[in-house]
Amino acid sequence: MTATPTREADTTRATSRPESPFTGTLPLWRVFLRLDRLRIAIWVLALTLTMWATVVELEVVYPDAASRQARAALMTSPSAIMLAGPAYGLDDYTLGAMVANEISLTMLVAVSIMSILLAVRHTRAEEESGRMEVLRALPVGRFAPATAALLSVATANLLVGAFATVALVGTGLEAQSSVAFGSAMALTGLVFGAVAAVTAQLTEHARAATGMALAVLGVAFLVRGIGDIIENTGSWLSWFSPIAWAQQTRLYVDLRWWPLALSLALTVVLLAVAVSLAHRRDLGAGLRSTPPGPARAAGRLLSVEGLTHRLLRGTTLGWLVGVALFGLTFGSLASSLQDMIEDLPQVGEWIAIDETALTESFGGVMLSFLVLGAAAHVVGAVLRLRAEDEAGRLALLVSGGTSRTRMTGGWLLVAAAHTSVVTVVGGLTTGVGMTLATGEGRWTGELTVAGLAYLPAVLLTGAVAAALVGWLPRWAGLAWVLVVLMVFVTWFGEALNLPDWLRDLSPVEQTPLLPAEDITAAPLLVMGALAAVLAAAALGGIRRRDLLA
Amino acid sequence: MTSDLAIEARDLVKTFGTTRALDGFDLSVRTGTVAGFLGPNGAGKSTTIRVLLGMLRADSGTARVLGMDPWVDAVAVHRRVAYVPGDTNLWPSLTGGEIIDVLTRLRGGERHEARRAELLEKFELDPTKRARSYSKGNRQKVALVAALASDVELYLFDEPTSGLDPLMEAVFTQEVRRLREEGRTVLLSSHILAEVEKLCDTVTIIRAGRDVESGTLAELRHLTRSTVTATTRSDHTALLRLPGVHDLVREDGYLSFDVDNTALNDVLPVLAQLGVENLTIAPPSLEELFMRHYGDELSGVSS
Repeated sequence: MTATPTREADTTRATSRPESPFTGTLPLWRVFLRLDRLRIAIWVLALTLTMWATVVELEVVYPDAASRQARAALMTSPSAIMLAGPAYGLDDYTLGAMVANEISLTMLVAVSIMSILLAVRHTRAEEESGRMEVLRALPVGRFAPATAALLSVATANLLVGAFATVALVGTGLEAQSSVAFGSAMALTGLVFGAVAAVTAQLTEHARAATGMALAVLGVAFLVRGIGDIIENTGSWLSWFSPIAWAQQTRLYVDLRWWPLALSLALTVVLLAVAVSLAHRRDLGAGLRSTPPGPARAAGRLLSVEGLTHRLLRGTTLGWLVGVALFGLTFGSLASSLQDMIEDLPQVGEWIAIDETALTESFGGVMLSFLVLGAAAHVVGAVLRLRAEDEAGRLALLVSGGTSRTRMTGGWLLVAAAHTSVVTVVGGLTTGVGMTLATGEGRWTGELTVAGLAYLPAVLLTGAVAAALVGWLPRWAGLAWVLVVLMVFVTWFGEALNLPDWLRDLSPVEQTPLLPAEDITAAPLLVMGALAAVLAAAALGGIRRRDLLA
Repeated sequence: MTSDLAIEARDLVKTFGTTRALDGFDLSVRTGTVAGFLGPNGAGKSTTIRVLLGMLRADSGTARVLGMDPWVDAVAVHRRVAYVPGDTNLWPSLTGGEIIDVLTRLRGGERHEARRAELLEKFELDPTKRARSYSKGNRQKVALVAALASDVELYLFDEPTSGLDPLMEAVFTQEVRRLREEGRTVLLSSHILAEVEKLCDTVTIIRAGRDVESGTLAELRHLTRSTVTATTRSDHTALLRLPGVHDLVREDGYLSFDVDNTALNDVLPVLAQLGVENLTIAPPSLEELFMRHYGDELSGVSS
């Protein structure tokens, strides 16, 4: 890895002035692109293909003006605005207006996340790992690595913008707005890449830099959403968010370019800030140093469960917040639903909603989406045990006199507890959202019960992962196949008419869709028992096999 | 018969896929001694230690640690053993102090406050830093403090000083000597010869999964040669006829040759008759022992 920059830097010495702080930028840029070419290609393809597929899907589900207009009625509720965009063109909801309103937010957030990850990867992460020291020791200017990093981010964004434009035009949407859409994505990505360049100066650790930049993105998301709720085509508050600038171009409705100038200006300002911050600090240091932590472990950290809880709590908290926010949002969509379904029977084909008991059915379906989050969390939490094993930390703990079964049992218990909380909170918040929207208190209780009913399914998923960790640790990643299957069956099962046997493999599918369906104990008991058997098998397996490191 | 052996491994075989990491390996460590375990990277040192800890199950052969089978009685063994892995991976979000407490308390014994504080000071380790920001050396120190603060019978160190600077190495040396004075048993794997020479009573040399040589340092020296350098007044040809003398070279008036230690007693009188003006006899360094088993270069030169 270090061999390449050496060779590149040699060419630099020959070709450019050594006194410039930017010397070596171009060769480094090439190195970064070489290192990232697969990563960038995957991002670009994933983003633009998703975009293309969604546009095509919208075209199929809402084939005519009437159906789109029915959809538009739904888009004025606060939760819809939060997850979409400023309500332009609702009175004449063309496919373009629909695409701009309903897809742009997801795309802008995704491209921003891409930019943040790429920017931190080549700035703070390089510094933290010490690779930057190797680069800076070469005849490379002070600002060259950071500039090269941002050029890579810009390259990725340019590609996203270009491919997105092509994809949009390819679906038959109007060209000028499509170009604007692509540009808006690229520029918004660039803004958040520049945000990450600033946060990378502030902290010593890549994770913290990424976290801070993502937090800024989160705030931008909320500010835009709340601003647009205040005034549904954008209030004064909206304009404080870079996401709003991209959406305020009124794509496919009444195109205007100037808001994008704000994005460009902010990028320049942020880069200037990053450079001036870089001036004031040493390599490897942050402007804000990490505060010292406790010198002694608190008593609760000293048990297997306490330690596991500490290691998993960050991720669990993230899932909890996510599930709760989406639960409330989805739940509160319940009231606006009635009108939409009446005007738009196709939706019934798309997801398994029973039109006679609309609200019940809707709540159950929304919850089944949230449960997929809990299932992903339980698999992640269980697989962390394998990561502990691979890193040799399990060996360290075990050599301290804790038996493997005790370690594994404690870990699985905590993972189960954490994900159970996430599952039940998913039910609870969906119910609260529905209660808020409809004014009927019963939903809160009913959806909480529905959440509880998903526990066997979630725990079974975790137990499958655990059994793999116990018996086939090298293949434990296969547990994600089950998660993907569940997502696929839940999202597309109805629309694609998947065969029953495939759908039956999903534990979520095996759970009755409360509160609309009757509760049936048999599948829940069977799944619970199966989970217990697999967990016991996991304990047996881990006792018999070699530790990984 | 085995009661004075803290570690006894017989004919251990462990394969990973097609690689035979251990291939009929024997190891004995007497209670109360410091045993060195020497070999190049990939020779099977870590595999052996992990079999002795019951992390890996040997395909065949027997291992007894403190009189118990480490695979079957893992927990009982672990309560009386402390271990420092070669490459210490810690939880990035926990501080060094927290990790030390986690590792020593999970042991189930009492924490040794004074010992912990003393070791933190000696190793100059800041316990309030998160493990994420520790260098390799500092991560190693966390594992060392946790192990050394534990009051156990047997200490297993897997290349413990890799990543430590010389000052910290000296602290480690001191601590191992202290363990020996207290009658604890230590197994120390290393590829640093000086370290083993400095600390160990016995040495086992492992190569490609087999023990190729084993014994006290004195016994192993017995198997090799000493290097003699001298200036003499008379002609040296008499030496050439003696059995056990090898590679005699005369250069710039200096005479130098290797001699089998068993032949030393016969060589010295002959040397004395030549009229010695100046003489050094150097014992073989572990470097040389090592080269005999792993280096084709040295065996080519000396034979």
